[in-house]
Amino acid sequence: MPVQYPTGVLAEHHAVRDRAGLFDIGHMGQLEVEGPDALEFLQWVTTHDVSRLDVGAAQYSLLCDEQGGVIDDIIVYRLAETRYLVIVNASNTEGDWAWIEGQLGRRGRGVNPDRVMLRRLSERTLLALQGPAATGVLAGLTPADPGALANYHAVETSVAAVPAMIARTGYTGERGYEISFDATHAARVWSALLEAGKEAGVVPCGLGARDTLRLEAGMALYGHELTRETNPYEANLERVVRHEKGEFVGAAALRAVRDSRPARRLVGIELVDRGVLRADYPILIDGAPVGSLTSGGPSPTLKKSIGMGYVPTAHAADGAEVQIDIRGKPHAARIVPLPFYRRPRPVPRSSSRKNA
Amino acid sequence: MNPTTNRYTKEHEWVRLDGDVAVVGITDYAQGELGDVVFVDLPEVGRTLSQGQVFGVVESVKAASDLFAPLSGEVIEINAALADAPDLVNKEPFEGGWMLKVRPSDRNELGKLLDAAGYEAHLKSLH
Repeated sequence: MPVQYPTGVLAEHHAVRDRAGLFDIGHMGQLEVEGPDALEFLQWVTTHDVSRLDVGAAQYSLLCDEQGGVIDDIIVYRLAETRYLVIVNASNTEGDWAWIEGQLGRRGRGVNPDRVMLRRLSERTLLALQGPAATGVLAGLTPADPGALANYHAVETSVAAVPAMIARTGYTGERGYEISFDATHAARVWSALLEAGKEAGVVPCGLGARDTLRLEAGMALYGHELTRETNPYEANLERVVRHEKGEFVGAAALRAVRDSRPARRLVGIELVDRGVLRADYPILIDGAPVGSLTSGGPSPTLKKSIGMGYVPTAHAADGAEVQIDIRGKPHAARIVPLPFYRRPRPVPRSSSRKNA
Repeated sequence: MNPTTNRYTKEHEWVRLDGDVAVVGITDYAQGELGDVVFVDLPEVGRTLSQGQVFGVVESVKAASDLFAPLSGEVIEINAALADAPDLVNKEPFEGGWMLKVRPSDRNELGKLLDAAGYEAHLKSLH
């Protein structure tokens, strides 16, 4: 995926918020976990409770190491009774694969390695169609009903006559879909989606817009908000750490973090002064450095600069004033709730004035 | 496309002498490489710059890039329009997207800059 297409990052960003954009995210890793012990194995390697997934449902989850550090953030899809798809970050694919394979031999939660089949779906690619127009555009190319697909649900069907999984997931804060299929058909499906979306104003989007969109949506980017040195509690991800499911890798360390309360917390920061926040800029409180930004940039939707970073828990209150050191000069900024941007909820058709 | 009335730095600033005033901006190539410009951090009027010194920063959606003074001299005006319309740098890099007006202290410094043909040769060497 290029950083941008000829129209530029801003035009791509607005297209996704107002209409829809198409992203080639084929670089992301896709792993299949299948077999009678697939569920227990995924319970062992991930932090969320996989037993909560009905067939066709998906969950955002984490791989954590024994110290509770985040190895990767992932999405787990239950595609059939005993068959799961795991989508991981591109740059982590090799490491995740090796780590997951390595965990198989540990027989955690009583998993029998012969009853789990791990397959790397390197022949698969992934496209994301994101934005308010996405549902209508996709509906014209598939026998499935994308409009009926609930958030974080997936269906195996076809798109442009190519067998594909359509999932209602994304990384933009808009309603949208991710489509997984055999990469030999990549050009065909890509063109079909752009062609079908021409009238609705669908444009191809690059990495630049992907980053500004996810930042506005307050979503973590691995390598920035999440690393081996961060834990899920300080990253506001305790909802995906489910101790009630029993043992999993990192559970003991994570329980200790939970019980001792995290010392720092990931917060949203908006710049009050003029300028642009960037990753790695120091965060100051009363002039003293307390951390640094993990992400930053302009927010094309909100027309101000926003960022995220870790600050000591005692200073993490919404509205708190902080300063950001931009090239040696402190700039006024404040802590704001995440996400920065939430898509406007469509008014349900059934709502009527009678009820008002 | 790079006006022959201008002189250029290898870092992609242009300067045009307009009587005893030097107008400074960045080239069309530079704006294209940066992508959408969202903020330009410029020095205060009255500041004295020396040739090659960082005088400000141009921020695109993607990244921040230093701006280098093509000539030494005192800043006499900054382009106030860029505060609300930084995209002028993208739309009109050689006209409405100018950044500074400087009173040059040493016109001989122009000799250290590239002319349009030299700048275009420099661009070719980058690819």
